[in-house]
Parts: sequence; structure tokens; C-alpha cells
Amino acid sequence: MARKINLPLTEELAKTLKAGDEVLLTGTIYTSRDAGHKRMCEALEKGEEIPMDPKDATIYYVGPTPAKPGQVIGSAGPTTSGRMDAYAPKMMSVGARGMIGKGARLPEVIDAMKKYNGVYFGAIGGAGALLAKCIKKAELIAYEDLGAEALRKLYVEDMPLVVIIDSEGNNLYEQGRQTYLENRK
Amino acid sequence: MREINVSAVTDVIEKLCIDANNHLPRDVKCAIRNCRACEDGEIAKGVLDNIIENFEIADNENVPICQDTGMACVFLEIGQDVHLTGGDLTDAINEGVRRGYDKGYLRKSVVADPVRRGNTGDNTPAMIYTEIVPGDKVKITVGPKGFGSENMSQIRMFKPSHGIEGIKDFILEAVETAGPNPCPPMVVGVGIGGTFDKAALLAKKALMRPIDSSHPDPYYADLEKEMLEKINELGIGPQGFGGRTTAIGLNIETMPTHIAGMPCAININCHVTRHKSEVI
Repeated sequence: MARKINLPLTEELAKTLKAGDEVLLTGTIYTSRDAGHKRMCEALEKGEEIPMDPKDATIYYVGPTPAKPGQVIGSAGPTTSGRMDAYAPKMMSVGARGMIGKGARLPEVIDAMKKYNGVYFGAIGGAGALLAKCIKKAELIAYEDLGAEALRKLYVEDMPLVVIIDSEGNNLYEQGRQTYLENRK
Repeated sequence: MREINVSAVTDVIEKLCIDANNHLPRDVKCAIRNCRACEDGEIAKGVLDNIIENFEIADNENVPICQDTGMACVFLEIGQDVHLTGGDLTDAINEGVRRGYDKGYLRKSVVADPVRRGNTGDNTPAMIYTEIVPGDKVKITVGPKGFGSENMSQIRMFKPSHGIEGIKDFILEAVETAGPNPCPPMVVGVGIGGTFDKAALLAKKALMRPIDSSHPDPYYADLEKEMLEKINELGIGPQGFGGRTTAIGLNIETMPTHIAGMPCAININCHVTRHKSEVI
């Protein structure tokens, strides 16, 4: 049974989430992927402001398709998170806590998650049409020139996610596979 | 000699880009439903249920199945008795992609330079593969290819002494290395033989073949079955959360090669394995 959670992702809330938990997420999230992360991290390195408030923020690694007339957003499933590994510890160091994506993360990212109480959620890769249904508002906030990679602010309702890596570093990719293989024997 | 105006090619490609991105092929849908029936774990079943619901929404609402609407891989089998008129074929193909990705509200995912980047804004250029075949028709296949899975693909130049065991180990190693990244359950395309480049093309072509079909040679047809079973013993499961269904299909394409070599390429695709064809 999925647990309903509301953002922002405070430290207290983050600590209650465990790898393997199915959740329905409601609240405001930001979208960013390769080029957007690169720009934000370059700005942070120079001591400049970034176009989002990172405190307790959750970032969705997504580059949606363009919205058709009448749609809030086009198809919007997760992209491979590993490409953001180079930037994720920096983002967490300024307060960002939640990440939504798919695929494996590097040990450096997991170490940063333990340090800053970060949570890595998985959305179903390839389920872009379904996930778009949970997105009730979408607003372009920066980097419009990046097209699909621009920074957007979304309001999501009951977005179906699974906690892949929790703030203690437990990893569903390891645990889920191990459980399946043990039970099969 | 039959004359075909290249504008007909543009029109067909425009339509195929949209159709391929919004409607999953029958064989892929069928394989996903069958795998759902065989899965025990709650998370795995839930993932496959969501994947099924997703392609049904895409079908009913004519929206892209996945936001990565891919690079447009365009295969043309051109009959040798066809004379293409009215303009440049490459331009006509790219115009079809441009229109399809615009009118279909598909994502533009192509950068103009591999290192310096910069989105081209219209998803061109297409990846174009032409082949001259007998006849007076043109068969066009569009396979939009997402890069979450493309990035997990591998190629290796084996010594002939590595034999079939070398290839089997390589397939399992590639799937293991890919793990949760290519959005499993995946489809695995294997190309064996030819040269370095031909092996990769064979692997890509393997992904364009329906996954309920087999290699015509029983030796490779059996290998396809055996390797799909072995992959599904790895336990990676839907989305990598653990389970039986790591892959829904594995196709092998082969061709002759050099006495000194045994190239093998593995092109990984996700559960959104898209391709649509039409004959002019």
C-alpha cells in the first residue's frame, strides 16, 4: 500500500522514508537534467544565485515532450539519473534533498545522501504518458533556450514513486534483486 | 523503372514518426502482458501494471509513450527499379522527421555537435540506413531510439577461439552492466559477424524485428531462447527492483565475417521498443 507524502522534503520526513517504500508524492518539485544541472552548478561555483530555492527541494530528472494544446505538460517520465551524479552532491550541499529519476547512482552520491539526509525516488522509466497525469501545473522558470532541458516548476499530485535509495544508503536495486533471488530458490 | 517523388517519402516518414512514438507494436504489448502474468513480487507486478496502463493511455490519447522520443532511425529498402525524383532523398527524409516531431509534439533530442552540443531544435538529422533490394517498391521503417538504453550498448571484437561461450558471457555481462539504467524490462538486439560497423548495424536491425519472431537458422533461434531465459534468471526485474522479467525479448542477427574475427554488438532497448513500417 503506497504511503501519501507531502512536500517539502524536510529532514524529518526524509528520515522516515526507507528503500522499497511505495509513495504517492504531492507538492512542488523542480525539473532539471544534464544541461540545467551543469548551468546551476557552474553558477554555484561562482557564488551566484540559482533560479530555484534549493532548501528541502526535490528535483525531477526529466525532459518532457512539448504539451499539446489543452495539456499541462507532454509525456514526462524520468531520465537516467547517473548522468546527474557529477552534480547531485553539489545540489544537496546547498539544501536540495529529493531526487526523482531512474537507474544506478555512484557511491559519491550515496555518501552525500547520507550526509545531507537525501532521498532518491524512482519513477517508472518509459511511463511518460502515465506520469504526466500526476502533473497538475507546469511553469517554465529558467533556461528557456535549453528546450526540453529548461528548468520547470511543477505541482504534482499523488505521483507514484518508489524509494530506491534512502538517507541511510539502503538500496532497493540491491535489496529487491537479492530478495527475489533468495525467494526463488 | 517506377518513379516515386521524394515528397511521398517525406509524408510517410512524418506519419511513421508520430505513429511509432504513440503506439507500441503489438508484439511488445503482448510480451509485456505475458510477463505480468508470470511475475510474483508486489513491486514488480505494480511496475508492469503501470507500464501497461501507460501504453494504453498513449494509444487512447495519441500521446508519446515515453518522453524520450528518440533519435529517428530511418531504414529504407529501396527497390532497384525505383527512380526517386523531385529532390534530394536525405533532405526529404529529414523534412519528414522535422514535420513529424513538430506536428506530433515529440521531443527534440538531437544536438548538432557531439562535444560542443547545441540542440538542432527539430530532431534532425535522422540516422539513415539505405539498402538496395530487388523490386520497384520502397519500404520505410522508422525506429525512434531512446538513449537511456542506447548508452548501455556495447561492442566487442572476439577472437574466433572465444566461440559461442564468449558471446553468451558477453550478452549476460552487457545486461548485468546495464542493470536498472535502460528501463527494464528491456529488449536486447545482438549482431554477430561482419565488420566492426556491420555488427553494430545488425544489432540495431535486430531491435526492428518483432520479438515474437525467430532467427531463420534454428541454431540461432535456439540461442535467442536460451539467452532470454538466462537473462531472466539474473533477477534484475522490472525497473531493476527485482523480479523475473529483466527482458521481454532477444533477437539475434548474423552475417559472414573474416577468418580472424567474430565481432559481436549488443544494442539494448527499453520496454518502449518502437518501430513502424510502410511500403510505398
